[in-house]
Amino acid sequence: MADHTHHGSHAREKSGEAYWKANLRIIFVSLIIWALCSFGFGILLRPMLSGIRVGGTDLGFWFAQQGSILVFLVLIFFYAFRMNKLDKEYGVDEE
Amino acid sequence: MDQFTINLLFVGASFALYIGIAIWARAGSTSEFYAAGRGVHPVTNGMATAADWMSAASFLSMAGLIAFTGYDNSAYLMGWTGGYVLLALLLAPYLRKFGKFTVSEFIGDRFYSPTARLVAVICLIICSVTYVIGQMTGVGVAFGRFLEVDSTTGLLIGAVIVFAYAVFGGMKGVTYTQVAQYVVLILAYTIPAIFISLQLTGNPIPALGLFGSTADGTPLLETLDQIVTELGFNEYTAHNGDTLNMVLFTLSLMIGTAGLPHVIMRFFTVPKVSDARWSAGWALVFIALLYLTAPAVGAMARLNITQQFWPNGTEGAAVSLEQIENDDAYDWMATWQQTGMLGWEDKNGDGLIQYYNENSPAMQERAAAEGWTGNELTNFNNDILVLANPEIANLPAWVIGLIAAGGLAAALSTAAGLLLAISSAVSHDLMKGQLTPNISEKSELMAARVSMAVAIAVATWLGLNPPGFAAQTVALAFGLAASSIFPVLMMGIFSKVNKQGAVAGMLAGLIITLVYIFLHKGWLFIPDTNSFTDADPLFMGIKSTSFGAVGAIINFAVAFTVSKMTKPIPQEISELVESVRIPRGAGAATDH
Repeated sequence: MADHTHHGSHAREKSGEAYWKANLRIIFVSLIIWALCSFGFGILLRPMLSGIRVGGTDLGFWFAQQGSILVFLVLIFFYAFRMNKLDKEYGVDEE
Repeated sequence: MDQFTINLLFVGASFALYIGIAIWARAGSTSEFYAAGRGVHPVTNGMATAADWMSAASFLSMAGLIAFTGYDNSAYLMGWTGGYVLLALLLAPYLRKFGKFTVSEFIGDRFYSPTARLVAVICLIICSVTYVIGQMTGVGVAFGRFLEVDSTTGLLIGAVIVFAYAVFGGMKGVTYTQVAQYVVLILAYTIPAIFISLQLTGNPIPALGLFGSTADGTPLLETLDQIVTELGFNEYTAHNGDTLNMVLFTLSLMIGTAGLPHVIMRFFTVPKVSDARWSAGWALVFIALLYLTAPAVGAMARLNITQQFWPNGTEGAAVSLEQIENDDAYDWMATWQQTGMLGWEDKNGDGLIQYYNENSPAMQERAAAEGWTGNELTNFNNDILVLANPEIANLPAWVIGLIAAGGLAAALSTAAGLLLAISSAVSHDLMKGQLTPNISEKSELMAARVSMAVAIAVATWLGLNPPGFAAQTVALAFGLAASSIFPVLMMGIFSKVNKQGAVAGMLAGLIITLVYIFLHKGWLFIPDTNSFTDADPLFMGIKSTSFGAVGAIINFAVAFTVSKMTKPIPQEISELVESVRIPRGAGAATDH
């Protein structure tokens, strides 16, 4: 019996570790997109995008004033959706 | 009905609503007072977070900041929304799992150190108090303009209202009033913007109208770029400032947002970890409704104002003094002149008011040729733009009444959230956490209410006697939140940094950022005590307003280095970190 609980907690620990690694991967990818659409397209890469015209100005201006905000929204909802699924996959969701 | 009566009706009705909600949602326990009993639906919490977060700065100042600078001030738009991504991914779910009442409580427990908790409380109180001064001043200004009382009386009325619902309702009362305040403020912000967007571009959605075309088929932004450059101003859509500061300023606002205690606190009110994730998304939905409209409000107001001053085109004659006096379209100028936030002067005595950039060489040439002796729009305070906007666009009287109620809703909702953060820091972290740990729940609740009443009194006093640095202190609040609170929370969840590392990191980030700001803005913001200016900053050209991000990097670096050199964290703290990372068991995490 003692052995069994020990085994159970060991397995849980392992699944906890794998869950955390998967979470970190999702966070990492999300933050790359976060930075790319704000600091990237909105500021640093704006000169490269200046050829793409949007409503009297260029794509970089649109990203800086609106596009980045829309991307942020999509990112947060994507993360919430993805993580709730991950919680269930690894059996760490709230009962 | 005259304008004053309409304003009074709108403001009075909105206040009656807030008080009604406060009576309905009284807090009976510490859990209700600090975390609304953890029973708030994620969408409701998102809406309350949006009202909590969007202050007088978002509602009154931001569109004006964008209107008169253009693209470079997009930093505000990206910075004040991008922080929610960091909150949702890096902080909110884990802090909800931890399941306590305050930010400093997490820091104290995770770093098993009352010192860490105390340093966090100090950061929190400085951030929140500086922030609340701005809100109280905003309440005074809005009252002064719309209800024709002097700003002192306005401020006192505002303080009584906040007292009534924040002290009795606690987090529960504040949450539900903030929902009502959100509805008032978003209607007030978007309705005039829809009218103006329809007038200028024919598109009822301002965010789309911004990239639409004016009546003659030219894109709005192209028309704006042309008209402002013809008057010698910087091109609206161009990048005129320096890139390094724009990047660092945006980053500072983002991590500052994620580190502001009154925002983080809101995520303690939802029932589950998964709700905390959804809730951050909903908060950003409600914030985005205003933030996607703001750049349209800014650009359209800039175009309207510039065209009003040059009714015959930039090459023709400027607006005449006679027209300003007699034409109804210019009534707003007289109204705002009385507040001292708008001023003009016919310097060359030609009966016309020439508005142009007197520092541009091309305009100096034209001025010499036409006999102008300088820009004659001598004073235009950015903060009046949103409030004056409906008058500038000649909108109906009820829209102006709505704007008055909206501005007050924005300032009051943020003030209440900040006061709640301050009172919980005092009653829960200082009293229960450090001074009188055996205090009963009933006495703690009383202490929370008393400390909130004291905080309101202090904030009102500071609002009445502003130290004259309301604008600078906002930079301080964000700089401190970015350099002290955000990094330590993140390391608490994502790393095994120990207590020595956390305390050293927080102090290094806090002190270096504080000193850098004081070196540029004056010690304790006393004028003429600064050694540097933001025009010629001390370190690598980084302005003091952009320094929060650097402070955060210093915090991380110091914490990791010190942590490596000292004893690793004990086993039970390691287990605490593991448990915070996993959602299961959040329901079981008790209030104590």
